[in-house]
Amino acid sequence: MSLLEVRDLEVHFPIKSGTLFQRTVGAVKAVDGVDLDIEAGTTFGLVGESGCGKSTLGRAIMRLIEPTKGSVTLDGQDILALSERKMRSVRRQFQMVFQDPMASLDPRQSVESLLTEPLRAHKFPGGSAGHAKRVRELLDVVGLPESVVNRYPHEFSGGQRQRLGIARALALNPALIIADEPVSALDVSIQAQVINLLKELQERFSLTYVVIAHDLAVVRHISKTVAVMYLGGIVEQAPAADLYRQPLHPYTKALMSAVPVPDPNVEETRSRILLQGDLPSPANPPAGCRFHTRCPWKQATKCDTERPALRELPLVAPGHKVACHYAEDILAGKITPHEVRPEEVELTPAGSSPGSIEATEAHVAGGLTPGGPPGAH
Amino acid sequence: MSLLEVRDLSVTFTRSGQQPVRAVDGVSFDVAAGQSVGIVGESGSGKSVTSLAVMGLLPSRGVSVGGTVTLDGNELTSMDQRALRDVRGRDVAMIFQDPMTSLNPVVTIGRQLTEVLIRHAGLAKGEAKAEAEQLLRRVGIPDPVRRLGEYPHQLSGGMRQRVMIAIAIACRPKLLIADEPTTALDVTIQAQILDLLRTLVAESGCGMIMITHDLGVVAGLCDDVHVMYSGRIVESAGTKDLFARPSHPYTDGLLQSIPRIDDDDPDNLLHTIPGSARDTVPWDRGCAFQPRCERAVAECLSGPPPVAELGTPIVPHPVRCVRPVGEDVILHEGNVAR
Ligand SMILES: Nc1ncnc2c1ncn2[C@@H]1O[C@H](COP(=O)(O)OP(=O)(O)OP(=O)(O)O)[C@@H](O)[C@H]1O
Ligand SMILES: Nc1ncnc2c1ncn2[C@@H]1O[C@H](COP(=O)(O)OP(=O)(O)OP(=O)(O)O)[C@@H](O)[C@H]1O
Ligand code: SF4
Ligand code: SF4
Ligand SMILES: [Mg+2]
Ligand SMILES: [Mg+2]
Repeated sequence: MSLLEVRDLEVHFPIKSGTLFQRTVGAVKAVDGVDLDIEAGTTFGLVGESGCGKSTLGRAIMRLIEPTKGSVTLDGQDILALSERKMRSVRRQFQMVFQDPMASLDPRQSVESLLTEPLRAHKFPGGSAGHAKRVRELLDVVGLPESVVNRYPHEFSGGQRQRLGIARALALNPALIIADEPVSALDVSIQAQVINLLKELQERFSLTYVVIAHDLAVVRHISKTVAVMYLGGIVEQAPAADLYRQPLHPYTKALMSAVPVPDPNVEETRSRILLQGDLPSPANPPAGCRFHTRCPWKQATKCDTERPALRELPLVAPGHKVACHYAEDILAGKITPHEVRPEEVELTPAGSSPGSIEATEAHVAGGLTPGGPPGAH
Repeated sequence: MSLLEVRDLSVTFTRSGQQPVRAVDGVSFDVAAGQSVGIVGESGSGKSVTSLAVMGLLPSRGVSVGGTVTLDGNELTSMDQRALRDVRGRDVAMIFQDPMTSLNPVVTIGRQLTEVLIRHAGLAKGEAKAEAEQLLRRVGIPDPVRRLGEYPHQLSGGMRQRVMIAIAIACRPKLLIADEPTTALDVTIQAQILDLLRTLVAESGCGMIMITHDLGVVAGLCDDVHVMYSGRIVESAGTKDLFARPSHPYTDGLLQSIPRIDDDDPDNLLHTIPGSARDTVPWDRGCAFQPRCERAVAECLSGPPPVAELGTPIVPHPVRCVRPVGEDVILHEGNVAR
């Protein structure tokens, strides 16, 4: 059963104009019609580029931002219909972990007081003796020595601060943790520690995670299901292994082919789909398929007029959902990428004979193969 | 002789009332024309300070710089500020992580580009304008004529970085230093920028130093790599050699701990390096990585670890470690020369 169900969720931020009498002149469509089903005890990964609406979606699920439309159901309970008071007691069931949790906290508060705060606010049983015991338990769970209780946030390294953030999130035994870029501020050698910790805690406490990150390799590593967002909508969703083995949406293909792989032999031989231009503004998203302005596979009909729904392809890829009118044809190789707009470039191996931009273009004209992550073919 | 030769470079920050901080400690490396050299390492390991020292951009007060930096036969560390400014405008150029720190927010893109061309390449105003347009076209900015009249805030992050690159290559520098040029960008935009840098180096034959924490970027772009830890280079090798035979325990642990997008079995726990870079030992007492090292032995704390010259004279692969990965013997000053 799904622990969390999201239906047609929408968060539009009004754009106001005028000084004295503010009028709403438009809206930033940060989240624009999202459906999610998150199974208890699993990790749901959410990836996408800056500004596509990942954090807004995470916050709207927790009702830290009021959605403009849609429903969020946690454990059968309609969150958005709850009164302020009821919401307070439900809120302990889900917690958020941020990129740098301590950045938003009072630097004058000791670890003891940072961790006791949520216990007190939600009347965790046991009184102050119980709270003190719980604080030590939490530190132990995240691998920090008890002796840190009297220390202050600035005395910790980034990885230790993230452990504290996780301890704080765990304080009230939540069911769901939404982690927004939990490792992106950390050194590579520290990221692995925190990723492992999250995994271990999930097993130990049967936690459900939504992990938001722009690092696709990190998300692949910890998620059971991964969803890819583009301009406020989910364009593809699948079990992690399937998504990475066989991305179906043109945007996902481009995204994955762009991720650098720490292996010079792979980097030398893989092909890459280079997207043209930048993300369009969510205040004025393209009509039809939001990706059509950059899509190498864009077709003359439907793409710029009809918004594709997120749908499963039961015959060719069960369990795999994609929002593209032409997903089947692209998969079957019946339509090939557009020849001018995208520059699919065979990488010039570093240090080999100089290639020129002309050579690159000549290569494009020489035929395109659908890209994907290395090893996808 | 290489285009750039850095020898025994050291940078110490001294502030009154505080312990001096040795941010860079005896760093040596070469960059040949047409070559891309990667510098990787943990946050605070000294990558940026190294590049600032090469550019002569460190403040003159509260900093002492030792060693030599030779570009095309000219020693830079002893040059006076005026001569250095000329070198910086003409022969070496730098690209930073955040273009907003180096672009002037109240001056148009066009003016910032033409100023560089007039001052350092000696072009007349009209020529500079035409050249500026060419440069924007070259770095892949659509509609360059319109962009020349715009201000930095009117451009996206990716486009600002392209403008920075255009300014950097305006005077056809011999050396390009890129300090995390794509860290703030999205991965699809990063791919565009890396592709551009790759093409520029190949076409112009300039040398490039690429500072990054992303070993994937190194794998796709660099010929040689230097791994820094706590202010020193701990391992240097050709890129393929480094990835095939990581020999410093830090490099080895780092490569194993990165989740990969093409991982076939992502369900396992990742390999981890315990502790953080804060747990360290001063180099003169032993190996700075010792508190986190799985291979540490008693010898690791008896003075600075020697450099083991692994690899061959033609394909050198020096490693600063008494017990490199894959080596059974414990190395010391007496037996490292091989
Ligand atoms: N409070 C707000 N008011 C108006 N617009 C907002 C607000 N919060 C976010 N936005 C806009 O909504 C869009 C989505 O933002 P969001 O922070 O959710 O993106 P994100 O995917 O988390 O990006 P990043 O990877 O940079 O964190 C952006 O265009 C952003 O500018
Ligand atoms: N102006 C300064 N005064 C004192 N110490 C400094 C100064 N600039 C840098 N340092 C110190 O020098 C060391 C190396 O810093 P540097 O900026 O080179 O690190 P880095 O490898 O570039 O790290 P990052 O990946 O975070 O950019 C750090 O310990 C830093 O605190
Ligand atoms: S619907 Fe059309 S524009 Fe959108 S991803 Fe599919 S092919 Fe591309
Ligand atoms: S010198 Fe010793 S502590 Fe340092 S990396 Fe080598 S084995 Fe590890
Ligand atoms: Mg965000
Ligand atoms: Mg730096």
